[in-house]
Amino acid sequence: MGRTTENIHELPAACRSCPVPQLTQLGIKAGKWDYIVALAGNPNTGKSTVFNALTGLRQHTGNWPGKTVTRAEGLFRYDEKTFRLVDLPGTYSLLATSEDEEIARDFILFGQPDVTVVVVDATRLERNLNLVFQVMEITDRVVVCLNLMDEAERHGLDVNHRALARELGVPVVPTSARSNEGIADLVQAIEEVASGERSPRPNRIAIDDAKLGQAVGRLVEQLAAAFPGLPSARWVALRLLDGDTRITKAVQTGELRDLVNAQRISTLPTLEVARA
Amino acid sequence: MSEEAVNPQKIIADAKALREEVGDFHDGFVESVYTQAAHIADEVVARPGEQHHFDFDRSLDRVLTSRTWGFPVMILLLGIVLWLTISGANIPSGWLATLLLDWVYNGLHSIMAALSAPLWLSGFLVDGVYLALAWVVSVMLPPMAIFFPLFTLLEDFGYLPRIAFNLDRAFAKAGAHGKQALTMTMGFGCNAAGVVATRVIDSPRERLIAIITNNFSLCNGRWPTQILIATIFIGALVPVTWSATASMLAVLFVAVLGVFVTFAASWGLSRTLLKGETSTFSLELPPYRPPRILQTLYTSVIDRTLIVLWRAAVMAAPAGAIIWLLGNVHIGGVSLAAHLVGFLNPLGWFIGLNGVILVAYIVAIPANEIVIPTVLMLTMMLGGAAGAQAGVMVDAGTHETASVLVGIGGWTLLTGINLMLFSLLHNPCSTTIMTIYQETKSLKWTIVAVALPLVLGFVTTATIAWVARALGLA
Repeated sequence: MGRTTENIHELPAACRSCPVPQLTQLGIKAGKWDYIVALAGNPNTGKSTVFNALTGLRQHTGNWPGKTVTRAEGLFRYDEKTFRLVDLPGTYSLLATSEDEEIARDFILFGQPDVTVVVVDATRLERNLNLVFQVMEITDRVVVCLNLMDEAERHGLDVNHRALARELGVPVVPTSARSNEGIADLVQAIEEVASGERSPRPNRIAIDDAKLGQAVGRLVEQLAAAFPGLPSARWVALRLLDGDTRITKAVQTGELRDLVNAQRISTLPTLEVARA
Repeated sequence: MSEEAVNPQKIIADAKALREEVGDFHDGFVESVYTQAAHIADEVVARPGEQHHFDFDRSLDRVLTSRTWGFPVMILLLGIVLWLTISGANIPSGWLATLLLDWVYNGLHSIMAALSAPLWLSGFLVDGVYLALAWVVSVMLPPMAIFFPLFTLLEDFGYLPRIAFNLDRAFAKAGAHGKQALTMTMGFGCNAAGVVATRVIDSPRERLIAIITNNFSLCNGRWPTQILIATIFIGALVPVTWSATASMLAVLFVAVLGVFVTFAASWGLSRTLLKGETSTFSLELPPYRPPRILQTLYTSVIDRTLIVLWRAAVMAAPAGAIIWLLGNVHIGGVSLAAHLVGFLNPLGWFIGLNGVILVAYIVAIPANEIVIPTVLMLTMMLGGAAGAQAGVMVDAGTHETASVLVGIGGWTLLTGINLMLFSLLHNPCSTTIMTIYQETKSLKWTIVAVALPLVLGFVTTATIAWVARALGLA
């Protein structure tokens, strides 16, 4: 293990005089990292292909859902920062009805990734957006990787990524990871969101029900007071109202507070517990 | 401080009270997510090209997953892959055998002679280690180099989930999880990988069933054995023009039999040791994707062919050394190998095999890939002085292998058929056994997973041997 690839993709320079930021795939390598990036998405959207394109690792990819059963991790370097990429199991939702969903949700919530990339199948946008909305409930720092653009083209679909970004309020990067297209732009978007240069403002689902809205509002107020800085207060409130036992426990035990205070590195063991 | 102002317990209590007030909003909220998603998708996606490709996918699925055509097409596709492998592997196999077992082998002996190396050393290195390696490469490389890329192309195309879809109903009837169809398909590549893949199954009960029965999927290490033995014993029963087809049908039969055994064993387990409910799950049929031919060739050669070959070679070298030692260390004037084979012969005869095959299966516990090379080397060694000399190994293509097995080993059609069945039904390789232990963390289930196929194998082959002999066929 511990292999360093010298495979460097050049990115379009913002201006000629600036140093050109480059993607360096680091594979699996022990060491420090500056940012944690989670990779979420429905099954069979090419998540592993995106993972391989970023890290230079060669996870087996195959055209069938549920192939990635373990959480894979890898590193890459871009613009003098090291990113630790965590490939989550492919899921349709984050309601934690199965082990896969729980792993994915716990990581996005308790692992506090600096950026969560949601890989989306451009040919099945409608169904894939469901997960995007759920991720956007938990975190603001979302980048949508609109993958399989080549296939959308083959199917005669024209997907307007700019319009999608506007509708969602988060960066959307069109890619065809199988042929490495768009990966450079994806890395750049990840870096911008991770460093805070760009702060996405997700357009969350409006709560139409007045009673529900009030209830959420009250809980959010209390949650914000009890856990200042909690990024996902509305989501936690909704989960509490839905009777989610895992989240109820996290509130009760103060795990949620640890989460807010926690340093990035110290949150990682939580994950291992969550997995076991 | 302000954090203490609101007690988490109070939040929970409030939430509980509010929950009753608000009622069940879950479905409504989920619905508004869907509505919003549909709205956005509608805004963002234009379909200037119209969707004739979707129609292509759909009409293809109508055939590939139809109740009537799903199974026939599945078997036909597997048949085509096997036929291409069998008819395509023969010629390169012969070339490799001539090169490695004739030229290089004799060359190495000449070099050893020129260096005036002691006979035991050249025997150990050339007749033991090298020969085993050469057999593995010449017997296994050609079928793997054809089979794996074809299989990977089907995988890349998106056919595997369709197989799972077709088999889901059958698995449910057997009391097992539908996703077992996927892990079973993985097992056709490598059982250890198939066992790891059972992590996609959430229910521990159904997962255990999937783990224990995975060994009934013929793996990489066993396909070449099936193909070679079918070619020699089944292919020879019919005129030459039809021999590839007949061999293909025989291998296909064994593979499909393995699937049936999987169902039967799952059914049996879910009614005895592992009783419980069957879970439901939803399986998405991914779009068909045009396979990337070059990349598929590359990855299947690197990831599958070379890795399997490497594993076989790593195992074969020490196995070759052990076999040579077994053949050349004598106790009471008889070699160790002869002792062992003589000891196992009665049992071997009983199940329609022979002592050599059983010794080979013991030597080959680390890797199924080396069964045939081990059988060949032992047969030659014990087949008398002439067999142990270099001459017989010369130019050992399929025909020569046949003449070794039939001529020296005294194999019959019964031996061939039972070897194919025993290859399907016997203990998993040591890697798979270790993986099963790691995944189940249970000695008990590991033992069940090892014993079940072994018992089935003994019973099946013994029954066939008994019937064949009773009918005077063998």
